[in-house]
Amino acid sequence: MTIPITLNGQAVAVDADPATPLLWIIRENAGLTGTKFGCGIASCGACTVHVNGAPVRSCVHPVGAAANARITTIEGLARSAGLPEGELHPLQQAWIAGQVPQCGYCQSGMLMAASALLATTPEPTDAQIDEAMTNICRCGTYPRVRSAIKSVAKTTKREAT
Amino acid sequence: MKRRTWILASAAALGGVVTGGLSVGLLLRHDHFESEARRRTQEPGEILLGGWVKLSPEGAVTVYVPHSEMGQGAATALAMMVADEMDADWARVRAEQAPADPAFANGFFVQAFLLNGKEVPEFAQSAVSLGFGEVARLGNLQITGGSGSVRLTGQHGFRSVGAAVRAMLVQAAAEEWAVPAKELRARDGVVSHEASGRQSEYGRLAAAAAKLPVPENPRLKTKAEFRLVGKSIPRFDIPDKVVGRTRYGIDAQLPGMLVATVKASPIHGGTLSSVDAAPALAIPGVRKVVKMKNSVAVVADGYWPAHQGLQALQPSFMSGFGAATDSMGIRQSMESKLSAGGRTVHSRGDVGAVKDGPEISATYHVPFLHHATMEPINVTARWADGRLEVWGSEQDALGARANLQKISGLPLSQVTFTPMSLGGGFGRRSAPKKDHLEQAVEIAKAVSPRPVKLIWSREEDFAQGTYRPAVATRIAARLDKDGLPASWTQAFTDTPGLINEGYPLVYDIPNQHLVAVDFLSHVRVGAWRSVAHSQHGFFTETFVDELASHAGKDPFEYRRAMLETRPRHRAVLEAAAMHGSWGKPLPTGWGRGIALVESFGSIVAEVIEASLDTDGMPRVHRVVAAVDCGLLVNPNTGRQQVEGAVIMGLSAALAEAITIKDGAVVQRGFPDYPVLKMRDIPQIEVHFVESEARPGGLGEVGLPPAAPALANALRAATGKAVTSLPLRDHYSAPARQG
Repeated sequence: MTIPITLNGQAVAVDADPATPLLWIIRENAGLTGTKFGCGIASCGACTVHVNGAPVRSCVHPVGAAANARITTIEGLARSAGLPEGELHPLQQAWIAGQVPQCGYCQSGMLMAASALLATTPEPTDAQIDEAMTNICRCGTYPRVRSAIKSVAKTTKREAT
Repeated sequence: MKRRTWILASAAALGGVVTGGLSVGLLLRHDHFESEARRRTQEPGEILLGGWVKLSPEGAVTVYVPHSEMGQGAATALAMMVADEMDADWARVRAEQAPADPAFANGFFVQAFLLNGKEVPEFAQSAVSLGFGEVARLGNLQITGGSGSVRLTGQHGFRSVGAAVRAMLVQAAAEEWAVPAKELRARDGVVSHEASGRQSEYGRLAAAAAKLPVPENPRLKTKAEFRLVGKSIPRFDIPDKVVGRTRYGIDAQLPGMLVATVKASPIHGGTLSSVDAAPALAIPGVRKVVKMKNSVAVVADGYWPAHQGLQALQPSFMSGFGAATDSMGIRQSMESKLSAGGRTVHSRGDVGAVKDGPEISATYHVPFLHHATMEPINVTARWADGRLEVWGSEQDALGARANLQKISGLPLSQVTFTPMSLGGGFGRRSAPKKDHLEQAVEIAKAVSPRPVKLIWSREEDFAQGTYRPAVATRIAARLDKDGLPASWTQAFTDTPGLINEGYPLVYDIPNQHLVAVDFLSHVRVGAWRSVAHSQHGFFTETFVDELASHAGKDPFEYRRAMLETRPRHRAVLEAAAMHGSWGKPLPTGWGRGIALVESFGSIVAEVIEASLDTDGMPRVHRVVAAVDCGLLVNPNTGRQQVEGAVIMGLSAALAEAITIKDGAVVQRGFPDYPVLKMRDIPQIEVHFVESEARPGGLGEVGLPPAAPALANALRAATGKAVTSLPLRDHYSAPARQG
């Protein structure tokens, strides 16, 4: 069965069992390995991508349910925000400035969850960050993830005023 | 003197006997390994110097790091140490993981030094058991562990390598210009001669430098001369990690690659008795079912069909003796063993002679713990044309290759291992753990010549771990007239084959007797971040609070009184108390706890503020860590490691436990093995306490004080002392049963 999706701005026809989780289509069919497999049951968030702009745990999201949807992965995050090729999303810049990642395995998911949060809530409170950022990081980068999100929220605020 | 030599820090420096400058010895190496090292790294025009540093004609510097990158930032720190001593231009320095080849064995030096008939220098004899033991263990092959990258490889090897390379480059310029070397200056990758105005870039001098002997005693910089060491230089690996470009083991992609997933006997030590392959083979995309000694694998075109195929199987396993075991049984059998006596591991004074004063005693327990690295276990293998090629994320690349050679029975030359980044290690991916390698080789043989990537499900990752052992201890002490311990008697269960550096007490207690009792169950165990310190820190530091309570003393002042002879420890304790507002008022219901643990050459004290939440569960508000790690190479990376270790320590202390029922691990994922998330994270401050000591470890040292400082804080808040982990067992209602 052929399922049409838009992956990082490109129209793709996926030939797969529609029950296949989107994660494996992204990693194995499209070869985009920035999105990670962590648990397979939506409990860790390593596989978070955007489906029509909303954060989705792709390990339990059947590709059939993503038909005709706009899907953004970490590889397409900056472009999805309208930035030219080669430029980084403000969160990616903040992640470097704050030296956030350690092993880095969960960070694609963290960045996708954080960017979806800021898209709807440009100045999140700590409680809103807690609620949106339920991704698991075993290295313990949480304090730096929080600071980096806040630093971008502040920048946005400054630019807006 | 042979021209081409490898550098080896001397026995004394390795053992930590000589505390002044390093004396660098030389080890002649076999030409075979040297040409192999060059063959593996040099492109035309490039020059490998000092064994570990490559220069290009354009001046690019590549440092080959014999450690895996698993989040600890060691590659950047080690490159900084080399580049600083070398006076290289940092903008042109990069680090690369050394090939998994004996030519780049980190411990090859140590091994060769010990085995090639060299005598241990007389002045270092006393360090043999301590120093060589440590180095032989940690330095073995390319292991990344024991918080050893900077403190061992860096301090004892790479600084000397950098200094030697610098000296060779300067000498090459001196010979070319016919001027004395001492008139030359090296800075930012350029050698210059002020009098004549001549200067030359390192890249241009490299070929001539390579023909010079490696100097035996290159002068190392003093702390004041460092230009890179001590600065928070950004890590090399982070830009790739924020765009999803880093390649972990699970990201291996090869033409024609299949994907496999596996289920092994849920009871460790069991074997596969039978399985009907048909239900899996009926699923589209499934290619093969591979039956192995203790597991069954399904091979398919992708992970999803492989996973579905495995789900469809109903393998039966022969469980062996472990089937009747559960956590409570293991706990009881540990307790009864504690009374039976064991090996004396430390004795001082005469505990039997201390008869006055009340005896205070307690029995403590900690559970099995899982690493739960975010990257599930995986490895990719191709068996074709008499060769085995493997790609993976392992803590010891060369150790993995050696294991693969043993498993395959092929000559080492026909076995390659390509190291990839690790999505977490914490001890889980070190060389002794090779179940997944055995499985991958067998599956690759079954589908030869196609490559196959084996991925364990998260459930399998939990079921087949190599857990931090469950441990029990009994401690008894008698207090002197000042309320301080006059005697300390302790027995603890110990895992044969697993290093235990956790028990020496940092406190000056005149009479001590510590006994280790060997204990093994059928449950597979291994090193877990900070190894035995993870349990001993909890045992010792909660019992010290117990003693302080009996003595009616403040826990901080009590510890301080036992550290009169240990100024470094005392300074760290005081720093934690000061920054942690010790003695200052707290909101009602909150408590403050303190703990001090030395591990891997660093001293860490933590002060924690905690309370019980409205649901009765512990809530951590603030953690203040004071750290003396001696020479601090990269403060920001160091702080990052301590923050992470504190969080992992709190996570384990609060809620993590692997339990056993009917012989098998109960927990199968994050829902029943809750780890801390963003909402649980307290305010964390890390303060480095400066000292002139050589570098200590940083990857693990923040972890051990977290559990006892938290338990002590909750004791202060609630008046209730706990003697086992996780803490949630004591505060949730009804009490959980292990």
